[in-house]
Amino acid sequence: MLDIIQTVPIDYFVYLSTLLFGIGVLGVLTRRNAIIVLMCVELMLNAVNLLLAAFSTYLGDAQGQIMVFFIMVVAAAEAAVGLGILVMIYRNTKSTDISLLDNLKY
Amino acid sequence: MTLAVFSILAVASVLAALLMVFSKNPVHSVIYLILGFFMIAGLYVLLNAQFLAVVHIIVYAGAIMVLFLFVLMLLNLNKDNEPKKSALWKIGAAIAAGALTVTMVGALKGGMQLQQATPNSSVGLVENLGKQLFTEFVVPFEIAGILFLAAMVGAVLVGKRDLKL
Amino acid sequence: MQSLLPLIPFLPFAGFLINGLFGRRLPKTAVGLIGSGTILGAFLLSLAVFSDVRNGTAMEQTLYTFLHVDSLQVQFAFLADPLSAWMMLIITGVGFLIHVYSIGYMHDDEGFWKFFAYLNLFVFSMLLLVMGDNFLMLFFGWEGVGLCSYLLIGFWYENRAYGHAARKAFIMNRIGDLGLLLGIFLIFNTFGSLQYREVFEGVANYQNNAWIPTVICLLLFVGAIGKSAQIPLYTWLPDAMAGPTPVSALIHAATMVTAGIYLVARCSSLYALAPHALEVIAITGLATAIFAALIGLRQNDIKKVLAYSTVSQLGLMFLALGMGAYSTAIFHVTTHAFFKALLFLGAGSVIHALGGEQDIRNMGGLRKALPVTFWVFVIGTLAISGFPLLSGFFSKDEIFAKTYEHSGALWWALAAISGLITATYMGRLLFVTFFGEFRGTEAQRAHLHESPAVMTIPLIVLAVLSVVGGFLNTPHFLHLGGSEWLSHYLAPALARPATPETHVLDARTEWLLMGITTVLALLVLVLAYAVYVVRRNVPVADSAMQPIARLLANKFYVDEAYDFLFVRPLEKLSKMLHYYADIQAIDGVVNGVGRASQLLGAQFRKLQNGNIEYYLLAMVVGAALLVGSLFI
Repeated sequence: MLDIIQTVPIDYFVYLSTLLFGIGVLGVLTRRNAIIVLMCVELMLNAVNLLLAAFSTYLGDAQGQIMVFFIMVVAAAEAAVGLGILVMIYRNTKSTDISLLDNLKY
Repeated sequence: MTLAVFSILAVASVLAALLMVFSKNPVHSVIYLILGFFMIAGLYVLLNAQFLAVVHIIVYAGAIMVLFLFVLMLLNLNKDNEPKKSALWKIGAAIAAGALTVTMVGALKGGMQLQQATPNSSVGLVENLGKQLFTEFVVPFEIAGILFLAAMVGAVLVGKRDLKL
Repeated sequence: MQSLLPLIPFLPFAGFLINGLFGRRLPKTAVGLIGSGTILGAFLLSLAVFSDVRNGTAMEQTLYTFLHVDSLQVQFAFLADPLSAWMMLIITGVGFLIHVYSIGYMHDDEGFWKFFAYLNLFVFSMLLLVMGDNFLMLFFGWEGVGLCSYLLIGFWYENRAYGHAARKAFIMNRIGDLGLLLGIFLIFNTFGSLQYREVFEGVANYQNNAWIPTVICLLLFVGAIGKSAQIPLYTWLPDAMAGPTPVSALIHAATMVTAGIYLVARCSSLYALAPHALEVIAITGLATAIFAALIGLRQNDIKKVLAYSTVSQLGLMFLALGMGAYSTAIFHVTTHAFFKALLFLGAGSVIHALGGEQDIRNMGGLRKALPVTFWVFVIGTLAISGFPLLSGFFSKDEIFAKTYEHSGALWWALAAISGLITATYMGRLLFVTFFGEFRGTEAQRAHLHESPAVMTIPLIVLAVLSVVGGFLNTPHFLHLGGSEWLSHYLAPALARPATPETHVLDARTEWLLMGITTVLALLVLVLAYAVYVVRRNVPVADSAMQPIARLLANKFYVDEAYDFLFVRPLEKLSKMLHYYADIQAIDGVVNGVGRASQLLGAQFRKLQNGNIEYYLLAMVVGAALLVGSLFI
């Protein structure tokens, strides 16, 4: 089933991956709800995973997939802790609007 | 035929991502993201990264997204009524994101000579990955375990109501 | 003997150090003894030096090389030739007498030890001035005496007016010093050295155009104007009477003010190259002599009269210098030191007896209460007026004769007029102070007493010197066994007189001139007696003066003119500069830098506005830029 290497040039994966990444960035910058922002971060991570896996297949090197594995590990841990913090913030400010978190200023 | 499948999966994932970003209801956003994850899992399968595809679905779609949904339910955010951002901000964000995308495309594309002696078809298989993981990458593997421990402890602590340990 | 030469100035310097550092803890007797003893020692050593250089040879002693920059080499060295030896004698001799007098006069003062320290420092500086063998040493001493003058005039510093007087003296001196410095620079530029011997050798061989020596001489004379209180820089000297009377006697009568005369006499060979400069000197001297004498006619402070008298006599000395009669000028310096110090110390005795009173309108009839003071004051007055056979008679007459020789009858007449005015105001001073009824308060009358011996003995010594001092330089024609000793003694050190031999006066003209001035002076004294004693005329109070008298009493309003012309504009300029240059420009720049960094910081601070979305945007933009710059 490795005709993907012959039929689909690697560039397409690059475009797809960066497009997904760009959409994730757009979401982070645009949305105010903290949960949506966290989800967009997950999307960005996934875009990177996709690209890594693609390169791993196209180069025949397993290291790319190992990296994906570890990125997933980190993403999971980060999502857990991030959501925990979010719950704590909600308890304190009764809202998930990130524009309310502006105390770290001069 | 592979190209067609790839195109469909790609378009679907992009659409899912867009819908997720621009959806008003956060629950809808979560659903769309799950959809997007499934599409990406399909792409993994296309790349013969079977282990990765399965793990992807289990971890992301099965665990992380469920966690998101739980939190949404906890915060009772079924209807999002966040104030709208100014148009200027949105345009600025779009330009920034677009710039980043274009820059990265420019950086990554072209001039990539992929020399593969023989397409190694067993790269994505579990045994292969397992062998690599437990020989070359055993230290990061163990450290990942410690990372999880730290994350668990952190999440429990952060989520406590009162701070008496 | 040569190696003892440095000891002469360093004895007073040692006295200054001891009294200055330890005088506060020493008993007053010890302070006075140390202060006077060092001067006595210097005087005895000066006598020894004098006897060695009498035959005309000079002594030199170099201590060390003071300055060596490129082609300029200046030694810290002493020169003892007839001129400097004579000045040393005057300085240490009269200085010693004044030191002894001060032991009595300043006895009740808290700053007794300070006074003697300053006086010793002054004598040290003055000795450096006259003993130096190059112009830089002279300048050292010049500045040193200026400093000591400031310290001593403002001795009673708690009184603001005295401090202002001291400041005025120093500043006016400084103006003159600028001229002196420029002259010294030009001397170095023209002759390549600052040492007297080398400069005067260069002068002897000088062939270039005459305007350089003229400029040098005029610049040096500017310095002399400042130091010796000639027009226009004389107004500090009357104000300097704010200092204690011994200071007035030593510094502003006998020694410091004669530094200018010494300078011109020392550079006599240089002045021989510049006859125009000599003319300027003569005109200035004559004008000052008459001008100051006129002001002295209507002054009512006993010390101010004597101050203007000093200015006037200095004018006569400069007139003599201008006539090329350098040894005559030094002769008058000598006799003037005697009788002016005598008059000042006598005035000090009067002030001491009256408990600080200085206005002669509140004095009178003191001759019975203060006999010694009265008689020495009479001698001093007669000496300065030119009473026959006293010291002033010989020296003034010689000046008048040389004036007639050099410039003719008109100048002689003007000089003689200044002499007559001198006799007038001195007579007025004597008669109003010592004759008639006592016009002071009852408390003062009860307190009247003659001064103690420590004050009267120097007075007597000075009186004796005022009487016999004239015989130092009696002219030939008087056939009194006169030998013109001083002129011959000083001749090796001075240039030849300007008048060529053919113009020497014959004996008949000299007798005639002398006779006229003497008779007129005596007449004036008798007139003064008539006015102030017989007719009991007393100088009136300030408000009741006639217009001309008021003009004279207010010193022709010169001080006010200076204030208006120079002081006020300078103050305004200073204020303006302070505001524009200091506050606005310099402070503005310095504060501006601070303010700019504050503003910049304030702007940069706005980056940290706490807004998460803003931070995220910044991150994305930064990442884009980073990727773009690194990979494209």
